[in-house]
Amino acid sequence: MKPRLAEETTSGGRVGDRVRRPDAVQKVRGDFPYSSDLQVDGMLWGATVRSPHPYARIESIDTKAAKAAPGVKAVLTFEDVAGENAYGLEIADQPVLASDVVRYWGEAVALVAAEHPEQARRAADKVKVEYAVLKPVTDPEQALLPKAPKLHPGGNVTRHIKIRHGDQNATAEVVVTGDYEIGMQDQAPLGPESGLAIPDGEGGVDLYIATQWLHIDQKQLAHVLGLEPHEVRLTMAGIGGAFGAREDLSMQAHACMLALKTGRPVKISYSRPESFVGHVHRHPGKLHYEHGATKDGKLVYVKARIVLDGGAYASSSTAVIANASCFAVGPYQCPNATIDGIVAYTNNPPCGAMRGFGSVQNCYAHEAQMDKLAAALTMDPVALRRHNSLETGSALITGQVIDGPVPVAELLRLVHERPLPAPAAKNADLTAMPGGVSNTTHGESVKRGIGYAAGFKNIGYSEGFNDFSTARVRLSVVDGKPRVEVHTAGAEVGQGLVTIQAQIAGTELGVRDVMVLTADTEVGSAGSSSASRQTYITGGAVKAACEAVRERVVALAQSELKSGEGLRLEDENIVGADGNVLVALATLLGEEVIDELRVFRPRKTSPLDPDTGQANAHMQFAFAAHRAVVDVDTELGLVKVVELATAQDVGKAINPQAVEGQLEGGAAQGLGLAVMEEIQVQDGVIKNPSFTDYLLPTILDMPPVRMDILELGDPNSPYGLKGVGEPPTISSGPAILAAIRAATGRPVTRVPVRPHDLVL
Amino acid sequence: MEFLQPATWSEALAMKAAKPEAVPIAGGTDLMVEINLDHRRPATIIDLTHIKELTEWGMDDGRLRIGAGVTYARIIDELGDRLPGLAMASRTVGSPQIRNRGTVGGNLGTASPAGDAHPPLLATEAIVELASTKGTRQVAANEFFAGPKKNAMRADELIAAFLVEPARGPQQFSKVGTRNAMVIAVCSLALAVDPKRKHVGIGIGSAGPTPIRAAEAETFIQEVLEEHRLWERHVHCEPSALKQFGELVAAAAKPIDDVRGTADYRRHALAVLARRTFRWAWDDYRKSK
Repeated sequence: MKPRLAEETTSGGRVGDRVRRPDAVQKVRGDFPYSSDLQVDGMLWGATVRSPHPYARIESIDTKAAKAAPGVKAVLTFEDVAGENAYGLEIADQPVLASDVVRYWGEAVALVAAEHPEQARRAADKVKVEYAVLKPVTDPEQALLPKAPKLHPGGNVTRHIKIRHGDQNATAEVVVTGDYEIGMQDQAPLGPESGLAIPDGEGGVDLYIATQWLHIDQKQLAHVLGLEPHEVRLTMAGIGGAFGAREDLSMQAHACMLALKTGRPVKISYSRPESFVGHVHRHPGKLHYEHGATKDGKLVYVKARIVLDGGAYASSSTAVIANASCFAVGPYQCPNATIDGIVAYTNNPPCGAMRGFGSVQNCYAHEAQMDKLAAALTMDPVALRRHNSLETGSALITGQVIDGPVPVAELLRLVHERPLPAPAAKNADLTAMPGGVSNTTHGESVKRGIGYAAGFKNIGYSEGFNDFSTARVRLSVVDGKPRVEVHTAGAEVGQGLVTIQAQIAGTELGVRDVMVLTADTEVGSAGSSSASRQTYITGGAVKAACEAVRERVVALAQSELKSGEGLRLEDENIVGADGNVLVALATLLGEEVIDELRVFRPRKTSPLDPDTGQANAHMQFAFAAHRAVVDVDTELGLVKVVELATAQDVGKAINPQAVEGQLEGGAAQGLGLAVMEEIQVQDGVIKNPSFTDYLLPTILDMPPVRMDILELGDPNSPYGLKGVGEPPTISSGPAILAAIRAATGRPVTRVPVRPHDLVL
Repeated sequence: MEFLQPATWSEALAMKAAKPEAVPIAGGTDLMVEINLDHRRPATIIDLTHIKELTEWGMDDGRLRIGAGVTYARIIDELGDRLPGLAMASRTVGSPQIRNRGTVGGNLGTASPAGDAHPPLLATEAIVELASTKGTRQVAANEFFAGPKKNAMRADELIAAFLVEPARGPQQFSKVGTRNAMVIAVCSLALAVDPKRKHVGIGIGSAGPTPIRAAEAETFIQEVLEEHRLWERHVHCEPSALKQFGELVAAAAKPIDDVRGTADYRRHALAVLARRTFRWAWDDYRKSK
């Protein structure tokens, strides 16, 4: 019994080709099977009972009425958690189902499985939970005070990163300070959390799921279900976006528990409002910065205190705060730094991974500071940035010396020198105006602003993490032609891994028919589709496995042809040293199947020193710069982003079409945080959990993106590539903020910018 | 859930009379969202999409009589020249898909303070025609909105149509939202200039418990136009008068702070919209000389 999944596809192409996604047409036509479309005969539907309070003690749970409701097959509580009732990516602090305390609004308390989703939802309403309501801690600064109630046994400091670099008493001729605030952004993947668990009848379970990392789910599920990892098998279902929202468990354990209890397949698919409480969000934060510089514009020191609200559970907060701290000064040389990055537990919705991962929040602050410093120095803001840019061989504030290309000054030059868009036309179409089709201005009070920003972050996992990926590549002859099958557990979250794997195999083996198999836990871990790492790490694993297959092909040819050196595999033939075709690959192979498995590991990293934050903690760095041109209606506070220009070094564009998509999509997500996307939380309760009031940019909000894509080649990575997905989300928003400041003359220190921030 | 599908208007009215709690559905762009989100579980739904006369419009004693089931898309396409203000508002409703389904009748039925059709209906002094098995009655738009998502309908009534005079002068609609399309109004304003009656109508949306007609501001600007003979002279009014006009429009609002915006911002924005829309409309009037 298997549900329909996305087809295993062959997209072809070689490294560097513009390859269309194999699922592109299906997705546009609505034919692509997403995880929310999963179904098998006889399946039940799960529903989740959630806490209506941000902080409360659970006094009792009465499931009697729910169990008696029509169609109900099971009602489960914490007592039904067979393994340890605790999970978490970094710290196992979150219960699968709350037992004694709920720590955030919407926390899962009980589960229902019923024949029909509506029966499950109605029965969920009948689970009676008595709560003793507690006063929630909803401000991270309050949570850090000694008198604050301890939300977890270790207190409310989830992690405090201290970076002490250079002279801690450095002074400077020019000093600027600023306070900045970042609202809570959501990843807002269009595909809700959903999956299908099918019991195997022998105590184990198969889970079809849209996730970013199959094996971390498997590990956590085995732990909470009280099973061995081989008893919990996961297969990837169609993913409708991720952006960090699918790093943590959501409904995975719940569906498995219900399936194991009922002996029936169980599907859970969240509604949109439920999705807003079903995954972690981007950390909101408050950042205080002080920059000191010489009169001629060289940074002397940066002092910063960064406080992020981690919400009720740790998720990946500990890694997010490390990024926010390590990259706190931006892509600039700074000999002295004092950074305190603190992430606190509160009773707000849990926060964790989202595209940019800690480097988004600090970029708003360090880039506003660079503009402020430029103004204080009466220097051009781009010139100031270029004057201080990181270069090859520069040391970061963590002491790590960066090798490979570091083209920060060049990226800034490119966006700066790109021709500007035409000034706003008189009597322009409404769609070109701030306010758009809503007809709020015909040009009145519209002022143009231009702003610049640069940003960077780490690619891959950091701080000594054992990062690797696994690939299995199988070469055989099908219908007289060579066929390559690539099998990894890497998650295709929309970023294009599916074509990347085929392109690499096509390049390494010269075979046209390359099939990418469905990702599952039958093959070793690929690690997460996170941290812009998958093309690098899983791409590296596929490359290594292909090289192993190729070596065996050549060895087979040498043995079959009794030939010596110089044989190579080229265009589905074995070619001699003189370039003549000796035998067709299909003929050489015949019935033979060549199957190789390889594990790829990137460079090792080290943990941060707990007192100074000094270490070679990161594996690779990626840089981007943006220029934003905006028109602001300065009377109404409405913004139209007219154009975004970006320059980014991608090392090597494996699929240029996908790279361009990442640069555009990432910038759109950056724009969203800058001017509209915010989960509004009041006393721990989300006030806008729907797309009616959580606004995402439309095509009238997102301007064209002009790009310079540099391929400078990292000497350490496969094909010289760099991770691509996150940098577009880091500096796009800060550039828009700079442009809004230029247009309005206001300081504008909070994102997203609200109309009233610009006019009242 | 009982699903009733009357084929004729009289059948629909009889069904509503028999089951006053039954909820009518036309485009479903409000009701289906409520049902899907489980905010509402009507026991009975009356599907009005098969009733031909609800989708018709025509002239009726000098007024346009527009069936409650005419969609926003059709108002834009078929009535844009005669009802420019309503057509402008219709263009800001949701996405093309929503405009193809949604109807002004549905907007009136829901009676949300944020309904985009309401301000132009107030500004043009439209009349809502309500019907039941006992007969029909006409309610002025200004008296139709009774509270947040409450209207003057009796339980056994359905909305048949709305009646409105074809525009005799310039009309404007303007809506503030925090994105440039597909957005619920933070606040909105409709303005209709009628040179024949020397009347300026103003409707406000999303800035109070109901859509609001800004009567004092209407009177004020009419007096300014009259006093300085601006209708005849075809010149602009003084900036100071325009400023006061904006303040009166803002003062007519009864806004609150919510997830979409603050009360202060709404008042501020309404004053700006009032000045701008009047200037645009008056420019058009002057050019029409």
